[in-house]
Amino acid sequence: MVMEETNTKVPSPIGENKIRLDAREKVTGAALFADDIQFGSGLLHARVKRSPHPHARIISIDTSKAKALPGVKAVVTGEDYPGYIGLYLLDRHIFCRDKVRYVGDPVAGVAAKSEQIAEKALQLIEVEYEVLEPVLDPEAGVSPEAPLLHPNLEEYEVANFIFPEPGTNISNHFKIRKGDVESVWDECEALVERKYHIPHIQHVPIEPHVAIAKVDETGEVTLWGSSQSPFAQRNLIAKCLGISQSDMRVIAPYVGGGFGSKAGVSMEALAVVIASQVKGRPVKLLLTREEEFYTAFVRQGLVAYFKMGCDADGRLLAMENKFFWDAGAYTEYGVNITRASGYSSSGPYEVPNVKTDSYCVYTNHPVGGPMRGFGMPEMHAGLEQCIDELARDIDMDPVEFRRINCLKTGSVLVTGSKMHPIGLTQCLEKAADAIGWGSKAPPSAPNKKRGKGIALMWKAPAMPPNAGSSAWVELAEDGTLTVGVGGQDIGQGAFTVAAQMAAAALGVPYEWVRIATPVDTLYSPYEWQTVASRLTWSMGNAVVNAAKDARRQILDLVAEAWEEDPQNLDIVNGIVVSYKSEREMPLKDIAIYGLPKPDDQGWLGGPVRGRGNFMPSYITGLDPETGQGERAVVHYTTGAQAVELEVDLDTGRVEILRGVSAFDVGRAINPELVEAQMEGGFVQGMSSALFESMQLKDGVMQNPSFVDYRIATSTDVPLDLENIIVEVPQDDGPWGARGVGEHSMVPTIPAIANAIYDAVGIRMEGPPFTAEKIYLAMLDAGIVK
Amino acid sequence: MAFHRITFNVNGELEQADVPSNMTLLKMLRENLALTGTKNGCAEGECGACTVLMNGEPVNSCLVLAVECDGAEIVTVEGLAHDERLDAVQQTIIDAGGVQCGFCTPGILISARALLDRNPQPSEEDIRIALVGNLCRCTGYVRIIQGVQEAARI
Ligand code: FES
Ligand code: FES
Repeated sequence: MVMEETNTKVPSPIGENKIRLDAREKVTGAALFADDIQFGSGLLHARVKRSPHPHARIISIDTSKAKALPGVKAVVTGEDYPGYIGLYLLDRHIFCRDKVRYVGDPVAGVAAKSEQIAEKALQLIEVEYEVLEPVLDPEAGVSPEAPLLHPNLEEYEVANFIFPEPGTNISNHFKIRKGDVESVWDECEALVERKYHIPHIQHVPIEPHVAIAKVDETGEVTLWGSSQSPFAQRNLIAKCLGISQSDMRVIAPYVGGGFGSKAGVSMEALAVVIASQVKGRPVKLLLTREEEFYTAFVRQGLVAYFKMGCDADGRLLAMENKFFWDAGAYTEYGVNITRASGYSSSGPYEVPNVKTDSYCVYTNHPVGGPMRGFGMPEMHAGLEQCIDELARDIDMDPVEFRRINCLKTGSVLVTGSKMHPIGLTQCLEKAADAIGWGSKAPPSAPNKKRGKGIALMWKAPAMPPNAGSSAWVELAEDGTLTVGVGGQDIGQGAFTVAAQMAAAALGVPYEWVRIATPVDTLYSPYEWQTVASRLTWSMGNAVVNAAKDARRQILDLVAEAWEEDPQNLDIVNGIVVSYKSEREMPLKDIAIYGLPKPDDQGWLGGPVRGRGNFMPSYITGLDPETGQGERAVVHYTTGAQAVELEVDLDTGRVEILRGVSAFDVGRAINPELVEAQMEGGFVQGMSSALFESMQLKDGVMQNPSFVDYRIATSTDVPLDLENIIVEVPQDDGPWGARGVGEHSMVPTIPAIANAIYDAVGIRMEGPPFTAEKIYLAMLDAGIVK
Repeated sequence: MAFHRITFNVNGELEQADVPSNMTLLKMLRENLALTGTKNGCAEGECGACTVLMNGEPVNSCLVLAVECDGAEIVTVEGLAHDERLDAVQQTIIDAGGVQCGFCTPGILISARALLDRNPQPSEEDIRIALVGNLCRCTGYVRIIQGVQEAARI
């Protein structure tokens, strides 16, 4: 690991490799996940009847036989639940009412005494469908002849930065019109025009989705679930059911991997609705692995067109991009992915002329969710290959080409705003250096070819302008600290980092800090969602503010009791010290019971609880016609990845030999955790590049199992992964920090694709770069016979 | 449904249970014995999250019927630490940074323990192969492999 020198002094334990708070309970099996909670014999089991058709009208549903089955406690359909649900565009019912729009769309739910009985009851539910023509391709979906999937699109409630086009299948159309692309094509020395197709993939957390719901006699709902978004679930489900948010409580223990699939509301509302029919009884809905594959949020597919040109000196002059997002049947997140890819559509480059049209298209495919990277891995996959091609077309080294064009501090962005301080050039140089750019080692065998590739990336947290965080800190009798947060530890280490920040901001040892878990909307402070790589920055700011608030209370109290100026007081290692009088007092003597007044007649202070929040206040809108505006996002995290690989000429198999990741994280609060994100993200990106694709045939996933949908295993990964931390501080991040959770899988596909090209001179329309596809492409190109 | 009385040893304790014919070992551990450290990631033998030791051998407990465990000795993740002292590989995986969400961790630890018991000095390749049935979506495996290497070293 290489650390950038920065001059700012930071307090302990910021920047230290503290062992994760949750490590011990996770290695002993003590850590509690949602499915581990014991509900006793009163627990009912839910199963869901799902559509076998990609697109059909529901003619009738007969549940009478299912209801009559002994052991069945409730059978639910959409009939009684007319409300709409959705994060940015409210376009779906909890259970389908009139139409089904993807294979797996829920049409009925059952609660029974056992899973077997519930399963049997599903078979007794008779649904009559009128099969409709499906939309199975996003480009076909925008044509006027395409069947309309949501005829009442214009009636749906929608966030004010999303622009659906009623009467079409377009649920959002985001535009960039910067400069004038048409006027400069003629000036270009080199032009590249390409089409890329990025397939759907699944998030594949190892813990399947699970939700347990209980509705009591008064209608109050408790939901336990594996959740990245307990507060968003409280809000969206309550709104859909027409109940108060206060009557909806979400309890979210540890999450066994999310990657976006457990954000927003996915299957949780199904459990709530089923439970509402069996008041007082907890009802558990646990997705099978097969259901996880074909009904959980997917990373939506993308058909992308790029046209870009540069002058003879290698300066990018223009880009024209068209993105057709295969968003699926509903758009929990797709509309905002469409927007994010639009306002990031230049890639991390300064380009004077950009025209982008990014379309979110309804199709009869599974529902697009926010998978790690939020559209950026898909978009960069093609964009960063075009950049490589342009460089080669004008005989320029791809690293040099990127160095010239990549964003620097103050660069004008595609939306017209200015780039904040940024360490992208350093990332590029360090990654190139580490991979040994420019030198080529001989392949390990005569039937292999070796290549190196590099790619850059940028990504901003994509969220509403006013997504907020809050936190509290509370001191116990012995001076130790409990920190309340509403963000979730989904494996990234958010709790550990929050504890480090609270310790640093208050002045206590890290070992004194606990996080109040599980996150529970009844007791935990509000947090928008654990998405967008925003916790270290946003929740971190809230935690720091809460710790500072507690600190101020303590110092004011001590100042008054000691008759000193709070300016001269400090908290060091859990002890209040005066730099003036040199008095000292441990926090345990202050925290709960306060201090006697200076004259000993009465007491000062009381139990200390600090509170803090954070919400960005500076985000402005973008012009709907041009995509231009003052500040569309809070910040961009940028970085680079480089790989060295070998292609086997006999089999087409790609073996990754080495990988380098370099990201500008502003400030690494816990460098080891940052590295772990870089490494895990690299391998997830590698897995998506080499193996993963949901094979959708007529809307039906053909490979819904780990055997047929392969993800990277322990035998696939190179041990030689280098992680480089670059630190150019974020002005409003805690100690300068910004997020890095998602970014590490953004440039992986194009870095690998560029290395494959370097090795054997072929490019594919899209991943996965399986041995078979590579071999056939090599055959086609005459590289092998 | 027929029930069977079985006697077996879990983590050093003798247990008796009446189990239906179709109950899996995974379900019995999690539901009857509240040993929820063993995870259900697929219930079809494909992810390794449910790995336990059965008579010293790692098995996918979702593919083993509880009735097959009559007379068997089972070790789950809860049985790895002794007297609050972590097993070496539990500690080295923590130190190597091989834990993220932790859902795969119990199965990985059991597979690693089984490997080290039968082969105290495994090569890198041995470790990779021993863990190939344990899927992890978070870590990228590198730190897990390094953790097992370190456990073999000490
Ligand atoms: S749960 Fe047994 S292998 Fe996945
Ligand atoms: S740590 Fe999350 S699956 Fe391995």
